[in-house]
Amino acid sequence: MAEAPSIDPMHQFMVHKIHGLEIPPFQIGGLTIDMSITNSVASMIAAVVILIAFFVMTAKGKVVPDRGQAIAESLYNIIDRTLVTPIIGHHGRPYIPYLFALFSTILVLNLMGVLLAIGNLGGLTLTFTVTSQLAITATLAVLTFFSIVILGFVKQGPKFLTIFAPSGMPLALTIFMVPIEMVSYFVRPITLAMRLFGNMLGGHVVMSLFGSFVVALGLLALNGGFAMLAFVPSALSFAMIVALTGLELVVAVLQAFVFAALATVYLNEVVNFGHGH
Amino acid sequence: MDAHAARLIGAGLATSGMIGAGIGLGVLFGNYLQAAIRNPTAAASQQTMLFLGMALTETMGLFSFVVSLIILFGAGA
Repeated sequence: MAEAPSIDPMHQFMVHKIHGLEIPPFQIGGLTIDMSITNSVASMIAAVVILIAFFVMTAKGKVVPDRGQAIAESLYNIIDRTLVTPIIGHHGRPYIPYLFALFSTILVLNLMGVLLAIGNLGGLTLTFTVTSQLAITATLAVLTFFSIVILGFVKQGPKFLTIFAPSGMPLALTIFMVPIEMVSYFVRPITLAMRLFGNMLGGHVVMSLFGSFVVALGLLALNGGFAMLAFVPSALSFAMIVALTGLELVVAVLQAFVFAALATVYLNEVVNFGHGH
Repeated sequence: MDAHAARLIGAGLATSGMIGAGIGLGVLFGNYLQAAIRNPTAAASQQTMLFLGMALTETMGLFSFVVSLIILFGAGA
Protein backbone atom coordinates (compact mmCIF):
# COMPACT_ATOMS: atom_id res chain seq x y z
CA MET A 1 0.00 0.00 0.00
CA ALA A 2 1.25 3.47 -0.88
CA GLU A 3 2.21 5.58 2.08
CA ALA A 4 -0.33 8.39 2.57
CA PRO A 5 1.32 11.74 3.45
CA SER A 6 0.31 13.10 6.82
CA ILE A 7 -2.28 15.88 6.63
CA ASP A 8 -0.86 19.08 8.12
CA PRO A 9 -2.76 22.14 6.87
CA MET A 10 -1.01 24.48 9.33
CA HIS A 11 2.48 23.83 7.95
CA GLN A 12 2.08 26.48 5.24
CA PHE A 13 1.90 29.21 7.88
CA MET A 14 5.28 28.42 9.44
CA VAL A 15 7.73 31.32 9.40
CA HIS A 16 11.25 30.05 8.73
CA LYS A 17 14.56 31.58 7.75
CA ILE A 18 15.65 31.32 4.14
CA HIS A 19 19.00 29.56 3.78
CA GLY A 20 21.79 31.86 2.68
CA LEU A 21 20.00 35.01 3.85
CA GLU A 22 20.66 34.60 7.57
CA ILE A 23 22.02 37.59 9.46
CA PRO A 24 23.66 36.79 12.81
CA PRO A 25 21.53 38.06 15.74
CA PHE A 26 22.84 41.03 17.70
CA GLN A 27 21.93 42.49 21.09
CA ILE A 28 20.54 45.90 22.00
CA GLY A 29 20.02 46.51 25.72
CA GLY A 30 19.48 42.85 26.58
CA LEU A 31 17.15 42.27 23.64
CA THR A 32 18.29 39.78 21.04
CA ILE A 33 17.35 41.01 17.60
CA ASP A 34 17.42 38.61 14.67
CA MET A 35 17.11 40.44 11.35
CA SER A 36 17.35 37.32 9.17
CA ILE A 37 15.24 37.25 6.02
CA THR A 38 12.34 34.85 6.63
CA ASN A 39 9.81 33.71 4.04
CA SER A 40 7.40 36.28 5.55
CA VAL A 41 9.88 39.12 5.10
CA ALA A 42 10.72 37.94 1.57
CA SER A 43 7.02 37.98 0.63
CA MET A 44 6.60 41.49 2.04
CA ILE A 45 9.64 42.72 0.11
CA ALA A 46 8.17 41.17 -3.05
CA ALA A 47 4.86 42.95 -2.34
CA VAL A 48 6.63 46.29 -1.91
CA VAL A 49 8.53 45.74 -5.17
CA ILE A 50 5.26 44.93 -6.98
CA LEU A 51 3.57 48.03 -5.52
CA ILE A 52 6.44 50.37 -6.38
CA ALA A 53 6.79 48.92 -9.89
CA PHE A 54 3.05 49.34 -10.42
CA PHE A 55 3.20 52.91 -9.11
CA VAL A 56 6.15 53.82 -11.35
CA MET A 57 4.48 52.27 -14.41
CA THR A 58 1.17 54.09 -13.89
CA ALA A 59 2.32 57.36 -12.27
CA LYS A 60 2.29 59.28 -15.55
CA GLY A 61 -1.37 59.88 -16.31
CA LYS A 62 -2.58 59.98 -19.89
CA VAL A 63 -5.91 61.27 -21.18
CA VAL A 64 -6.68 57.90 -22.70
CA PRO A 65 -5.62 55.42 -20.01
CA ASP A 66 -3.71 52.30 -20.99
CA ARG A 67 -4.26 48.98 -19.25
CA GLY A 68 -2.13 49.70 -16.16
CA GLN A 69 -3.56 53.14 -15.67
CA ALA A 70 -7.11 51.77 -15.99
CA ILE A 71 -6.39 49.31 -13.15
CA ALA A 72 -4.85 52.06 -11.04
CA GLU A 73 -7.79 54.39 -11.66
CA SER A 74 -10.40 51.78 -10.77
CA LEU A 75 -8.48 50.88 -7.60
CA TYR A 76 -8.32 54.56 -6.69
CA ASN A 77 -12.04 54.94 -7.37
CA ILE A 78 -12.79 52.11 -4.92
CA ILE A 79 -11.28 54.27 -2.18
CA ASP A 80 -12.34 57.70 -3.40
CA ARG A 81 -15.78 57.25 -4.98
CA THR A 82 -17.21 54.31 -3.03
CA LEU A 83 -15.69 54.94 0.41
CA VAL A 84 -14.26 58.32 1.29
CA THR A 85 -16.60 60.68 -0.59
CA PRO A 86 -19.91 59.01 0.40
CA ILE A 87 -18.88 58.24 3.99
CA ILE A 88 -16.72 61.21 5.07
CA GLY A 89 -17.35 63.81 2.39
CA HIS A 90 -14.79 66.24 1.01
CA HIS A 91 -13.18 66.71 4.45
CA GLY A 92 -11.88 63.18 4.05
CA ARG A 93 -9.72 63.95 1.03
CA PRO A 94 -6.45 64.45 3.03
CA TYR A 95 -6.73 60.87 4.33
CA ILE A 96 -7.13 59.18 0.94
CA PRO A 97 -3.36 58.48 0.56
CA TYR A 98 -3.25 56.56 3.83
CA LEU A 99 -6.42 54.59 3.09
CA PHE A 100 -5.28 53.85 -0.45
CA ALA A 101 -1.85 52.69 0.76
CA LEU A 102 -3.54 50.48 3.36
CA PHE A 103 -5.93 49.04 0.79
CA SER A 104 -3.35 48.37 -1.92
CA THR A 105 -0.84 46.84 0.50
CA ILE A 106 -3.38 44.41 1.96
CA LEU A 107 -4.73 43.67 -1.53
CA VAL A 108 -1.30 42.78 -2.92
CA LEU A 109 -0.39 40.70 0.14
CA ASN A 110 -3.71 38.82 -0.01
CA LEU A 111 -3.57 38.21 -3.75
CA MET A 112 0.03 37.01 -3.57
CA GLY A 113 -1.08 34.37 -1.09
CA VAL A 114 -3.76 33.07 -3.46
CA LEU A 115 -2.24 33.56 -6.90
CA LEU A 116 1.31 32.44 -6.10
CA ALA A 117 0.04 29.20 -4.56
CA ILE A 118 2.76 27.10 -6.16
CA GLY A 119 3.34 25.18 -2.94
CA ASN A 120 6.53 23.37 -2.05
CA LEU A 121 9.10 22.93 -4.78
CA GLY A 122 12.13 20.89 -3.80
CA GLY A 123 11.72 21.68 -0.12
CA LEU A 124 11.61 25.42 -0.79
CA THR A 125 8.32 27.08 0.12
CA LEU A 126 7.62 29.59 -2.62
CA THR A 127 4.27 30.79 -1.37
CA PHE A 128 3.44 32.55 1.83
CA THR A 129 0.34 34.49 2.84
CA VAL A 130 1.69 37.35 4.89
CA THR A 131 -1.78 38.47 6.02
CA SER A 132 -2.36 35.05 7.64
CA GLN A 133 0.10 36.13 10.36
CA LEU A 134 -1.60 37.79 13.30
CA ALA A 135 1.55 39.86 13.97
CA ILE A 136 1.21 41.55 10.57
CA THR A 137 -2.53 42.18 10.66
CA ALA A 138 -2.31 43.39 14.28
CA THR A 139 0.42 45.84 13.28
CA LEU A 140 -1.75 47.26 10.50
CA ALA A 141 -4.81 47.42 12.76
CA VAL A 142 -3.03 49.02 15.73
CA LEU A 143 -1.32 51.53 13.44
CA THR A 144 -4.66 52.50 11.90
CA PHE A 145 -6.52 52.62 15.21
CA PHE A 146 -4.00 54.72 17.12
CA SER A 147 -3.44 57.10 14.20
CA ILE A 148 -7.18 57.75 14.27
CA VAL A 149 -7.29 58.18 18.07
CA ILE A 150 -4.32 60.59 18.00
CA LEU A 151 -5.93 62.48 15.11
CA GLY A 152 -9.09 62.73 17.23
CA PHE A 153 -7.21 64.29 20.15
CA VAL A 154 -5.28 66.61 17.85
CA LYS A 155 -8.42 67.85 16.09
CA GLN A 156 -10.88 67.91 19.01
CA GLY A 157 -8.71 68.09 22.15
CA PRO A 158 -10.07 66.59 25.40
CA LYS A 159 -13.60 67.02 23.98
CA PHE A 160 -12.84 63.89 21.97
CA LEU A 161 -13.52 61.80 25.11
CA THR A 162 -17.24 62.55 24.77
CA ILE A 163 -17.23 59.97 21.99
CA PHE A 164 -17.93 57.48 24.80
CA ALA A 165 -21.04 59.34 25.98
CA PRO A 166 -23.55 59.98 23.20
CA SER A 167 -25.28 63.32 23.69
CA GLY A 168 -28.86 63.61 24.91
CA MET A 169 -28.65 60.58 27.18
CA PRO A 170 -30.03 60.54 30.76
CA LEU A 171 -27.32 60.52 33.45
CA ALA A 172 -28.51 57.20 34.92
CA LEU A 173 -28.01 55.53 31.55
CA THR A 174 -24.66 57.22 30.94
CA ILE A 175 -23.12 55.36 33.89
CA PHE A 176 -23.89 52.06 32.21
CA MET A 177 -23.29 53.17 28.66
CA VAL A 178 -19.79 54.63 29.03
CA PRO A 179 -18.10 51.33 29.98
CA ILE A 180 -19.98 49.51 27.21
CA GLU A 181 -19.03 52.15 24.66
CA MET A 182 -15.40 52.02 25.81
CA VAL A 183 -15.25 48.25 25.40
CA SER A 184 -16.82 48.41 21.97
CA TYR A 185 -14.40 51.17 20.99
CA PHE A 186 -11.21 49.48 22.16
CA VAL A 187 -12.18 46.12 20.70
CA ARG A 188 -11.90 47.70 17.24
CA PRO A 189 -8.21 47.09 16.56
CA ILE A 190 -8.63 43.51 17.79
CA THR A 191 -11.56 42.82 15.45
CA LEU A 192 -9.80 44.58 12.58
CA ALA A 193 -6.76 42.33 13.01
CA MET A 194 -8.70 39.14 13.71
CA ARG A 195 -11.01 39.56 10.73
CA LEU A 196 -8.22 39.71 8.16
CA PHE A 197 -6.17 37.04 9.93
CA GLY A 198 -9.12 34.68 10.40
CA ASN A 199 -10.34 34.98 6.84
CA MET A 200 -6.96 34.38 5.25
CA LEU A 201 -6.02 31.58 7.66
CA GLY A 202 -9.40 29.85 7.40
CA GLY A 203 -9.53 29.96 3.61
CA HIS A 204 -6.02 28.63 3.15
CA VAL A 205 -6.53 25.85 5.72
CA VAL A 206 -9.65 24.65 3.88
CA MET A 207 -7.82 24.75 0.52
CA SER A 208 -4.89 22.84 1.96
CA LEU A 209 -7.22 20.24 3.52
CA PHE A 210 -8.96 19.55 0.20
CA GLY A 211 -5.54 19.37 -1.44
CA SER A 212 -4.49 16.64 0.97
CA PHE A 213 -7.80 14.82 0.34
CA VAL A 214 -7.00 14.66 -3.39
CA VAL A 215 -3.64 13.03 -2.72
CA ALA A 216 -4.70 10.78 0.17
CA LEU A 217 -7.85 9.43 -1.56
CA GLY A 218 -6.03 9.10 -4.89
CA LEU A 219 -3.32 6.99 -3.26
CA LEU A 220 -6.01 4.90 -1.57
CA ALA A 221 -7.71 4.30 -4.94
CA LEU A 222 -4.41 3.11 -6.45
CA ASN A 223 -4.70 -0.02 -4.29
CA GLY A 224 -7.26 -1.27 -6.84
CA GLY A 225 -10.37 -3.36 -6.32
CA PHE A 226 -13.11 -1.88 -4.15
CA ALA A 227 -10.82 1.01 -3.17
CA MET A 228 -11.03 2.30 -6.77
CA LEU A 229 -14.25 4.04 -5.64
CA ALA A 230 -12.06 6.55 -3.79
CA PHE A 231 -11.26 8.20 -7.14
CA VAL A 232 -14.74 9.81 -7.03
CA PRO A 233 -14.25 11.82 -3.80
CA SER A 234 -10.69 12.55 -4.93
CA ALA A 235 -11.94 14.15 -8.15
CA LEU A 236 -14.69 15.96 -6.24
CA SER A 237 -12.06 17.38 -3.87
CA PHE A 238 -10.08 18.62 -6.84
CA ALA A 239 -13.18 20.36 -8.23
CA MET A 240 -13.66 21.84 -4.78
CA ILE A 241 -10.12 23.32 -4.85
CA VAL A 242 -10.88 25.03 -8.16
CA ALA A 243 -14.07 26.52 -6.72
CA LEU A 244 -12.35 27.52 -3.48
CA THR A 245 -9.55 29.27 -5.38
CA GLY A 246 -12.20 31.44 -7.02
CA LEU A 247 -13.80 32.10 -3.65
CA GLU A 248 -10.44 32.96 -2.11
CA LEU A 249 -9.80 35.52 -4.85
CA VAL A 250 -13.09 37.20 -3.95
CA VAL A 251 -12.27 37.03 -0.23
CA ALA A 252 -8.80 38.49 -0.80
CA VAL A 253 -10.22 41.56 -2.56
CA LEU A 254 -13.20 41.83 -0.20
CA GLN A 255 -11.12 41.71 2.98
CA ALA A 256 -8.79 44.42 1.70
CA PHE A 257 -11.87 46.50 0.87
CA VAL A 258 -13.49 45.79 4.25
CA PHE A 259 -10.32 46.79 6.12
CA ALA A 260 -10.21 50.10 4.24
CA ALA A 261 -13.99 50.58 4.65
CA LEU A 262 -13.88 50.13 8.42
CA ALA A 263 -10.86 52.43 8.67
CA THR A 264 -12.91 55.01 6.73
CA VAL A 265 -15.88 54.62 9.07
CA TYR A 266 -13.67 55.00 12.15
CA LEU A 267 -11.99 58.01 10.54
CA ASN A 268 -15.39 59.53 9.82
CA GLU A 269 -16.22 59.65 13.55
CA VAL A 270 -13.09 61.71 14.09
CA VAL A 271 -13.27 64.01 11.06
CA ASN A 272 -17.00 64.71 11.32
CA PHE A 273 -16.93 64.70 15.13
CA GLY A 274 -20.23 65.74 16.70
CA HIS A 275 -22.03 66.11 13.40
CA GLY A 276 -23.72 62.78 14.08
CA HIS A 277 -23.93 61.03 10.75
CA MET B 1 -11.43 12.36 30.61
CA ASP B 2 -8.00 13.15 29.31
CA ALA B 3 -7.26 16.88 29.47
CA HIS B 4 -6.08 16.97 25.86
CA ALA B 5 -9.23 15.24 24.61
CA ALA B 6 -11.36 17.66 26.62
CA ARG B 7 -9.51 20.58 25.07
CA LEU B 8 -10.14 19.29 21.56
CA ILE B 9 -13.85 18.78 22.27
CA GLY B 10 -14.06 22.23 23.84
CA ALA B 11 -12.40 23.87 20.85
CA GLY B 12 -14.88 22.15 18.57
CA LEU B 13 -17.83 23.20 20.71
CA ALA B 14 -16.57 26.80 20.82
CA THR B 15 -16.88 27.07 17.06
CA SER B 16 -20.67 26.56 17.39
CA GLY B 17 -20.75 30.31 17.93
CA MET B 18 -20.37 30.54 14.17
CA ILE B 19 -23.99 29.36 13.84
CA GLY B 20 -25.05 32.88 14.76
CA ALA B 21 -22.71 34.45 12.23
CA GLY B 22 -24.04 32.11 9.56
CA ILE B 23 -27.65 33.05 10.32
CA GLY B 24 -26.65 36.71 10.39
CA LEU B 25 -24.95 36.56 7.00
CA GLY B 26 -27.96 34.74 5.55
CA VAL B 27 -30.34 37.40 6.85
CA LEU B 28 -28.03 40.16 5.61
CA PHE B 29 -27.56 38.94 2.05
CA GLY B 30 -31.12 37.63 1.80
CA ASN B 31 -32.59 40.97 2.74
CA TYR B 32 -30.16 42.80 0.48
CA LEU B 33 -31.18 40.65 -2.49
CA GLN B 34 -34.85 41.10 -1.68
CA ALA B 35 -34.46 44.87 -1.57
CA ALA B 36 -32.25 44.87 -4.67
CA ILE B 37 -34.83 42.95 -6.69
CA ARG B 38 -37.58 45.32 -5.59
CA ASN B 39 -35.54 48.39 -6.45
CA PRO B 40 -32.56 47.49 -8.66
CA THR B 41 -31.53 51.10 -9.29
CA ALA B 42 -30.83 51.70 -5.58
CA ALA B 43 -28.94 48.43 -5.10
CA ALA B 44 -25.48 49.56 -6.18
CA SER B 45 -25.48 52.54 -3.83
CA GLN B 46 -25.96 50.30 -0.80
CA GLN B 47 -23.20 47.83 -1.61
CA THR B 48 -20.71 49.52 0.70
CA MET B 49 -23.14 49.22 3.59
CA LEU B 50 -23.69 45.56 2.66
CA PHE B 51 -19.99 44.77 2.93
CA LEU B 52 -19.66 46.77 6.14
CA GLY B 53 -22.54 44.79 7.63
CA MET B 54 -20.92 41.61 6.41
CA ALA B 55 -17.64 42.53 8.09
CA LEU B 56 -19.32 43.34 11.40
CA THR B 57 -21.45 40.19 11.34
CA GLU B 58 -18.47 38.06 10.50
CA THR B 59 -16.62 39.44 13.52
CA MET B 60 -19.02 37.63 15.83
CA GLY B 61 -18.17 34.34 14.17
CA LEU B 62 -14.48 35.16 14.32
CA PHE B 63 -14.72 35.72 18.07
CA SER B 64 -15.76 32.09 18.47
CA PHE B 65 -12.90 31.09 16.17
CA VAL B 66 -10.51 33.01 18.42
CA VAL B 67 -11.93 31.38 21.56
CA SER B 68 -11.42 28.02 19.90
CA LEU B 69 -7.81 28.90 19.04
CA ILE B 70 -7.20 30.09 22.61
CA ILE B 71 -8.54 26.80 23.96
CA LEU B 72 -6.34 24.82 21.55
CA PHE B 73 -3.07 26.74 21.78
CA GLY B 74 -3.59 29.23 24.61
CA ALA B 75 -2.46 29.28 28.24
CA GLY B 76 -2.15 25.86 29.85
CA ALA B 77 -2.10 24.01 26.54
